[in-house]
Amino acid sequence: MAFKQITSPHAHASQNTSKVMQLVLWATIPGLIALTIHFGWGSLINVVLATATAVIAEALIVQMRGRPVGFYLKDYSAVVTAVLLGLALPPLAAWWVVVVGSLFSIVIAKQLYGGLGYNPFNPAMVGYVVLLISFPIQMTTWVTPLALLPEGVSHPGILESLQIVFTSLTPMDGVTGATPLDSFKYADGLLVDQIYAQNPLFSEAGFAAVGWEWVNIGFLIGGLVLLGSRIFTWHGPIAMLAAIAIMSAIFWDGGSSDSPGSPLMHLFSGASMMGAFFIMTDPVSSAVSNRGRLIYGALIGVLVYIIRAWGTYPDAVAFAVLLANFAAPFIDNYTLPRTYGHTDRRRATEKEED
Amino acid sequence: MKTWVTPGGVHPPENKHQSLTLPIGTLPIPETLVIPLSQHIGAGATPCVEVGAKVLKGQKIADAAGMFSVPMHAPTSGTISAIEHRPVAHSSGMLAPCIEITSDGRDEWIKHQGFADIENATAKALLQAISDAGIAGMGGAGFPTAVKLNPGYRRPINSLIVNATECEPYITADDSAIRERAAEIVEGIGILSQILGHPSNIMIGIEANKPEAIAALAPHVVDSGISVVSFPTKYPSGGEKQLIYILTGQEIPSGELPADIGVVCVNIGTTYAIKRAIVDGEPLISRVTTMTGDACGINRNYDTLIGTPVSHMLANSEFQEEACSRLVMGGPMMGFSLTSADVPIVKTTNCILAPSYEEIPDDEPAQPCIRCGMCAEACPVSLLPQQLFWYSQAQDHERLEAHNLFDCIECGACSYVCPSNIPLVQHYRHSKGEIQKARADKVKSDHARERFEFHQQRIEQAEKDKEAKRAARREAAESAKAKAADASNKAAGDADKPAANSAADIIAAAQARAAAKKVSPEQQQAKFERSIAGAEMRLQMAKEKLADADASQTEEQKNILSAAVEGARQKLEQAQLRLQEHINAHSQTKNGEQVD
Repeated sequence: MAFKQITSPHAHASQNTSKVMQLVLWATIPGLIALTIHFGWGSLINVVLATATAVIAEALIVQMRGRPVGFYLKDYSAVVTAVLLGLALPPLAAWWVVVVGSLFSIVIAKQLYGGLGYNPFNPAMVGYVVLLISFPIQMTTWVTPLALLPEGVSHPGILESLQIVFTSLTPMDGVTGATPLDSFKYADGLLVDQIYAQNPLFSEAGFAAVGWEWVNIGFLIGGLVLLGSRIFTWHGPIAMLAAIAIMSAIFWDGGSSDSPGSPLMHLFSGASMMGAFFIMTDPVSSAVSNRGRLIYGALIGVLVYIIRAWGTYPDAVAFAVLLANFAAPFIDNYTLPRTYGHTDRRRATEKEED
Repeated sequence: MKTWVTPGGVHPPENKHQSLTLPIGTLPIPETLVIPLSQHIGAGATPCVEVGAKVLKGQKIADAAGMFSVPMHAPTSGTISAIEHRPVAHSSGMLAPCIEITSDGRDEWIKHQGFADIENATAKALLQAISDAGIAGMGGAGFPTAVKLNPGYRRPINSLIVNATECEPYITADDSAIRERAAEIVEGIGILSQILGHPSNIMIGIEANKPEAIAALAPHVVDSGISVVSFPTKYPSGGEKQLIYILTGQEIPSGELPADIGVVCVNIGTTYAIKRAIVDGEPLISRVTTMTGDACGINRNYDTLIGTPVSHMLANSEFQEEACSRLVMGGPMMGFSLTSADVPIVKTTNCILAPSYEEIPDDEPAQPCIRCGMCAEACPVSLLPQQLFWYSQAQDHERLEAHNLFDCIECGACSYVCPSNIPLVQHYRHSKGEIQKARADKVKSDHARERFEFHQQRIEQAEKDKEAKRAARREAAESAKAKAADASNKAAGDADKPAANSAADIIAAAQARAAAKKVSPEQQQAKFERSIAGAEMRLQMAKEKLADADASQTEEQKNILSAAVEGARQKLEQAQLRLQEHINAHSQTKNGEQVD
């Protein structure tokens, strides 16, 4: 009798990377639905287009690297990157914007670094930032939420949307407009109350900003599902959201004309919830320990607020995440957990310093 | 009773019910039993029987090799049929020294008896009896029990913890033993307590998934000072460090032993063996082993003789080889795979697992690590397995040590949860081995460097000493010369002054000694003559060989022979030359002396 020699443990949980990635994909559905209801078909087109581009690009590069294509596509990581990028991009963006961003994410930010698990930066955010810097006009043109469309105007239908994306057909007047964060940034000299009274984005909103609040709630729901499924721990997302809330509370400034907006507005507009639960939780490029992820999350939250309040760009999740990616290895060096039998935490670098 | 909660841990399917449907059974005595001489941590035992000897059940067949070792006993009566290297239960499939017994089927006990008066026996006597019974920890590591129970007066023991956790899936050896042997187990714990000077705290730690075992213990621990502490099921609560923390809230400092914090932790199977040894005088020759897995028709516990081949156990359990995905000794988390079933059950074998492909399929290929951190959440000692994996691949030993690689208990919880199927534990074992090798190499090279440096220093010192002596001699010679000149001058005027010739006398004496040491010219000449005679003989032989060389030999061989002749001739000439030179030189010195 001869038997296979296999190392312990022999038992294995049924979890695998493909399932984790697929769960993340399912969890984006509430956010995608909210986006589609409030901003039309654009986001769905973005997602499909980005996914197709990313999968093809991934397959080609993996092939070029001489690796088994099927094995690497099966992990769904390229799809996750593409879907997150597609959700982050403005609805009805031109097709080449989506394609360039997806290609950059997969080819440059992921595969050139060694593929899944080896990218130091969040690939979707690298793609996003490249687009934001290269094509600022396309990237800052957002669709007006459904509730605020002018009388007699509606979001373009699916065919019309495709025409807008693939040919240079321009959407009707009023279909695009400012985002809530834009409104605050360019509303100089107005008190917060005045902005809220004048701007229908806020005056007709439930509690934060029309449409945006629902998109953020959608991502929050998806994020809580992932948290409940133990795909990630609470440390990163909660630290980030808490940092945004605390920063916006500190600098609320009584709603003066200098105020960058209320905590509720900051938490539920822009990419706050998507950033907290889907972007900064990318484990590959984040800090690793729970304590490290607290610091990492807080750093992102603070950076998001600083760039939103005093930077040139209206939203900041992409920049904040990339900056924190730079800091992650450093954070890791000093946030090792205390191991059983040791009185203190150790530093990752302590042996080199001796 | 208050219990503490360890970080991490996993909840794999327990799969314990399969082997608990039947009581503990016995196997037919196998035809041959193979007893490895090393079934414990420490030095292997030394055989004290010879091939062909008849032995009785329980007879000692190998002596302990020193303090940190245990003896071996014959598990049944029969004949010693071999003492040689055999495959043993080890993940490498290695061979190790073993004693083979061919059983005579009579299973005849040697005369034995327990302690007459246990209560008044000294701890020393009890420890000796435990050691003589060949008892080593039966939970897995096989640490000699007598050594563990004797921590020394500097480490007073205040807690005795009996480990009945059995947290690994599938294994029910301890569970079934408690159900059927609770009274004897408690008796064994009483003996342990006596040896340790009645520690204030005696606890049996058991997971809450064994209600029958807990109930079986309950009537026997009443008023015994022993508390049965159950706690929620979680793997790996049964690790020694984990159990001690769960029961006491204390951590064993890294690199220390439980005794350092006043705790002794013993497996519950060991307490039963201690009872049998002390009360009944029976050495450790059998143990409860679980036979389980869907590739076996019969899943149950057996009271198995040590040395029983695994194949014998399988054959008696309706084993289907083609259905078996792998054969594991131990549990599915920390057990190791056997490449062959021809290895024996040893004192630490708590389970043989023969799973089907549905239960434990072949491993899927590993995907890249995405640093998801599930491993860190599962780690019971709060390591960062994903970082250890990263640095292990990079062979970054410094980072690995800073990340406490050596505190990893290899429980496998990280690999169990890893969504990318990475064999993390294997990476850690490999890195630990590499680091230990690097450390050993460093010690070796440091040692070599020290020796080399010392050697250099010694040579330098010797050189200096020589130089100093030479200088001293030169000085002495010069002063002697001066004095000799002085003395000869004085001798003209004052010939019979005895003190004056002292220095001259010393020099003369030294010269005489040097001359005595020197080989006399005659001896030298004889030596040269002998070497000439030798050279002549070699030349003669070479010439003869050349002459003998017939036509069959090649030109090349002839060339070699003639070269040899030529070489011998040259040597002879050199020897003659040296003799001539010697004779000339000698006659010159003689002449010189005469001239003087």
